[in-house]
Amino acid sequence: MILFAAAQLLPGDVGRAILGPFAAQEAVDQLNEELGTNRSFVVQYGDWIGGVLQGDLGDSYAFNRPVAELLWPALRNSAKLALLALLIVVPVSVVGGVAAALKEGRTRDRIISLGGLSATAIPEFVWAVLGIMVFGIWLDALPVTAQAPSGSGFLTEVKYLLLPALCLVFVLFGYIARMARAGTIEALHADYTRTAVLKGLPRRTVIRRHVLRNSLLPTIAVVATQVGYLFGGLVAIELIFNYNGIGQLIYRAAQRQDFPLLLSASLVVGVVFLVATLIADVLYSLLNPRIRLSSES
Amino acid sequence: MSRPEEQVILAEHPVPEAPPEERDEARLARRERLRLLARSKTFLAGVFLFGVFVFCAIFGPAVVPYDPFGAPTDLLDKLQPPSTEHLFGTDQLGRDVFSRVVVGARDILAVSVAATLLGVVLGAALGLVTGYFRGVIDEVLMRIVDAFLAVPLVILATVALVALGPSKGTLIVVIGIVFAPIIARTVRAAVLSERELEYVEAARLRNERAPYIMFAEILPNVTAPIVVEFTVRLGYAIFAIATLTFLGFGVQPPSPDWGLQIKENYVILNGGYWWPTLFPALAIALLVVSINLIADGLTRVVEA
Repeated sequence: MILFAAAQLLPGDVGRAILGPFAAQEAVDQLNEELGTNRSFVVQYGDWIGGVLQGDLGDSYAFNRPVAELLWPALRNSAKLALLALLIVVPVSVVGGVAAALKEGRTRDRIISLGGLSATAIPEFVWAVLGIMVFGIWLDALPVTAQAPSGSGFLTEVKYLLLPALCLVFVLFGYIARMARAGTIEALHADYTRTAVLKGLPRRTVIRRHVLRNSLLPTIAVVATQVGYLFGGLVAIELIFNYNGIGQLIYRAAQRQDFPLLLSASLVVGVVFLVATLIADVLYSLLNPRIRLSSES
Repeated sequence: MSRPEEQVILAEHPVPEAPPEERDEARLARRERLRLLARSKTFLAGVFLFGVFVFCAIFGPAVVPYDPFGAPTDLLDKLQPPSTEHLFGTDQLGRDVFSRVVVGARDILAVSVAATLLGVVLGAALGLVTGYFRGVIDEVLMRIVDAFLAVPLVILATVALVALGPSKGTLIVVIGIVFAPIIARTVRAAVLSERELEYVEAARLRNERAPYIMFAEILPNVTAPIVVEFTVRLGYAIFAIATLTFLGFGVQPPSPDWGLQIKENYVILNGGYWWPTLFPALAIALLVVSINLIADGLTRVVEA
């Protein structure tokens, strides 16, 4: 227990600190402050823009009502797209990351790691145009716009959203797979895993009961941080696939220099990110008995 | 693997006044790292690819067969598919796509390297100061990082670029400033562990001033993470700049930038004109992959 508390307080490796495999209470504290700084940053920004535009802050807030009417349907559309992308990417990348970790340093690991790294590094819009070329035009398998005709059923909608979601999947795969891989490798090298192996448990049981249970927890936190990147990627994706989501809204607002809309849309994205982080923190502490115990004591 | 460990063990023996040996040891460690790098095929592949792009960026305008900006010599030449005459075909204005892809390396490389350098210089300075002094500045900086990370880079940069007006200069400054606190966090983490080491204490006992300790003592010992961070961030910078340019908030026409070429040509994909989009898209993909191969190689060697 003391060791674990000490591990929570250590600053540790940066990448991990961002992704939050450490204490929940610490992260929640951080989150509160983050919300504060975030808000004041945007408010300051709005103040400045408002000053530039009309010398008055109050007026730019008056735009908020029509902005909201635009914002919510767009957010709902984007959420659909993002959800589909997450539904595909999370299982695929977790399996990929674990598969890589089990063969650490071998060819399979290198292929998954480098492939993930490359897929992640290539911007969404590049994946999008490549995807349109391959699936949309050469294979003629998927529609090249994301907006399903109105009144179409659930499956048709999914079919229209599949290609844009796949572009997001490519970009997200690397991050999540890398985290799943790192977590699994760490758990594989842990003493309790060695104990389990020496006890004579079959490899499958060791991996399922001792390795994966510990290694997949941090992955939850990564998924939450990726929601932020996801919404950044939506701007280009929704533009290319002509989808009425928050990304396209941001693009239009930016193009027409509509600052109230641009700022509120960015703010909404920030809030979505914070909520995702919060949910991840709660989930994380619910699933991790050690944190549950330590916050009670 | 075994050699650096031996050196560490050697170094732990208390050898009084042995500066030449220490220097040898540092040199050996550096040579060992280079040797490991030279053995990594993926790293070398990355360096080779990146070198090709750098060559294109520097000498491209001199070696390309056609004028990448040029007014069309013959309007009948527009949207020609790839052929021996036009390796990658021609675009809607009859410009040679191959020439434009080669010359297009220039803007994205110049802007992303400049932006990343700015971010690394600012970030390293911030990281050194906050890591060394800790306290209030440290807290404030970390909250700023959190705030920056809450809004996706592309959206943050879009807001700033629309407010300030898109140009290469603003692009560099915006990306550099957004990167600075993130890089500062990495440098800070490295500094936090360095500052507890004996050589820092020795410098403090010698009554050295804080700036001297930070920049002359600690900085040379955290260059490895800074170099790794530079290559990693360069990849992100290219990602962001290409995306922003594609959206129209980055590099402006008539530059033959890849993002711009895709922006101008992706709408005619449906008409079957794939070549003016495919080749710049592949160029972006290869460039970011090359940088990631380099970053991966460096990370492995530094962490080994």
